[in-house]
Amino acid sequence: MTGNMITQGEVDHARNGFDPTAMLTDWDTGRVSRLANGQRLREYTITAIDKEIEIAPGLFFPAWTYNGRVPGPSLRATEGDRIRIRFVNAGSHVHTLHFHGIHSARMDGVPGAGEVAPGEAFTYEFDAEPFGCHLYHCHSLPLKRHIHKGLYGAFIVDPDPQRHPEHEPAARSRLLGSEANARWQEFVMVMNGFDTNFDEENEIYAVNSVAHAYVNRPIRLERARPVRIYLINVTEFDPVNSLHLHANFFDYYDHGTTLTPTLRTVDTVMQCQAQRGILEFSFADHEPGQYMFHAHQSEFVELGWMSLFEVV
Amino acid sequence: MHPRLWFSLLLPPLMLGLALLWFQMTQPLEWLGVSPPPLEELTVERTIIDDDGLALKVRAGGSEPMRIAQVQVDGAYWRFHQEPAGELSRGQAAWLQIPYPWVEDELHEVTLVTGTGVTFGHTIEVAEPTPQPSIEQLSGYGVLGLFVGVLPVALGMCLLPALQHAGARGFQFTLALTLGLLAFLLVDTLEAGLELAAEAASLFQGPALVWLTALVAFLALLGVGRRHGLPPEGRILAWYIALGIGLHNLGEGLAIGGAFAAGAGALGTFLVIGFTLHNLTEGVAIAAPLTRLSIPAWMWVGLVALAGLPAVLGTWLGAYAFAPHWSALFLGLGAGAILQVCVEVADYLRRTAVAEAMSPVSGISVLGVTAGVGIMYATALLVQV
Repeated sequence: MTGNMITQGEVDHARNGFDPTAMLTDWDTGRVSRLANGQRLREYTITAIDKEIEIAPGLFFPAWTYNGRVPGPSLRATEGDRIRIRFVNAGSHVHTLHFHGIHSARMDGVPGAGEVAPGEAFTYEFDAEPFGCHLYHCHSLPLKRHIHKGLYGAFIVDPDPQRHPEHEPAARSRLLGSEANARWQEFVMVMNGFDTNFDEENEIYAVNSVAHAYVNRPIRLERARPVRIYLINVTEFDPVNSLHLHANFFDYYDHGTTLTPTLRTVDTVMQCQAQRGILEFSFADHEPGQYMFHAHQSEFVELGWMSLFEVV
Repeated sequence: MHPRLWFSLLLPPLMLGLALLWFQMTQPLEWLGVSPPPLEELTVERTIIDDDGLALKVRAGGSEPMRIAQVQVDGAYWRFHQEPAGELSRGQAAWLQIPYPWVEDELHEVTLVTGTGVTFGHTIEVAEPTPQPSIEQLSGYGVLGLFVGVLPVALGMCLLPALQHAGARGFQFTLALTLGLLAFLLVDTLEAGLELAAEAASLFQGPALVWLTALVAFLALLGVGRRHGLPPEGRILAWYIALGIGLHNLGEGLAIGGAFAAGAGALGTFLVIGFTLHNLTEGVAIAAPLTRLSIPAWMWVGLVALAGLPAVLGTWLGAYAFAPHWSALFLGLGAGAILQVCVEVADYLRRTAVAEAMSPVSGISVLGVTAGVGIMYATALLVQV
């Protein structure tokens, strides 16, 4: 479908230690328990590790990673949960975990507040607020280098249906583990890029790090079930990134912080760095086949950000 | 041989072997506390553009074997076939075949991405189909060579009878003019050689290649020319001048053939006529030491052939088998040969002046050198792009 315009060869996902296909759906919900006040506690451990990763066949990038993968683990919680993250820095530089969410200054994960020297650890603690599609990333200096080297990940906060009686069905469909949620096909997609020669321009663009990963292994969609994509842009050096869906339209929830769409019936959405949102669509009335989706900056498409859905 | 002689001959290589072994075993570089990543270097030596797409001949010059992981054309990853496949060790060359739908007369940018993410760019300034060796094309490039090499030299040498009528002062002027022409050619050849040297893979040390071949060629020709103790003059000197100019024209042919093949021959006819005019004076240079002699027709033909035909060979090589390091080598040789005739022409001028009780550094000779350099500079304006 992409002819000769594609990276050549195959990436060894086993050697990388992460698989872009598995990454679409492997939510990290943490170790769950209850606090004395009845609040749900989710505990995570995240370790910063220097690691060389293969981002296109035969092309290796000296990444800085959370838990040995880029993007880092996709943390998923429900609004109001207490989040407790032990962050261990096993890397060679200082790092932080800076969450896009609501928290105190002490927990902001910036130089002077939760920055962790190599070999040390820090525990971040806050409540998961507000519900939506968020992200976390390293906020150590210099920023550009710490982000584009690979220190970022998805932070998804599901709405608590009881708090949103006016949109209860919509909230319930987003709540991981609920019956309403089970029929949805949910995927997390982090749009990123890699500047392999450090000239402040990306040589590789991708979703979830590996160029053309979803061309070589299209994402399987069942027609009967609706689709929800948690889309996050962390691309460094370029002002925006985008997603264009072929042959279909979607509803879009900017930042995922609302239960009614902020954009209706669009087929392209643009995000600046750290902007994110939720896409909802369905292929129920389509014939089976391969449907493209990709950035609608042709430059990014030609440098790896091209993907396929295999609708069955 | 005497045992001590043996010992003194064998000791240095033995000691060197031991020192290298010690270096390998103890790795003293580790004491420096640095572990730099391997150096990588890729040079594109040839580009072939045809119906199958683009083909590049690349040569690796890394400190360790390196791998071409991906290829971008105009900022898009593209499939490619590498022959031979796999890692490229230092100095090894390989062909990359890229099935890219290139656009005639437009610019294309190829970026080679190595396994470590280093990128090497190669610009195809104007995409034109690479000449395929055919009778028609070979003839075309041959004619090009004849026009820039043989024709002007022959025309220039036709001035010989006119020069033969000149007196002692006229003779000195002609020799001085020749010296000026040769001085210009020397600078021009060195410059062209160094320019090509910069395009060659760095492990060939292009600039050193040019300077050193020039030096060796100069010394060798000077030595051969004076092997009987006497400096060459008259017919012999004419042959040497023809050789130097021939090597220069070989380089010029390489440049012209390469330019036409790479689509840079946009000036076309203008460029060829420019070179013809520019090279007219080369014939005068060869004729200069012959002004007081009569020469047989075969020698006249021979001199023209030696000075002019290499341009034909050059255009063929330039069009079909361009490799910057070989071209740099030839131009280095040419520079050496021209320097030799510069020295010999200057010496000849000095001797003839002394014999006729004139000063070698007279107003006439200064005027002659200036005129020679000036004519070459002015006609070069036509061929500089």
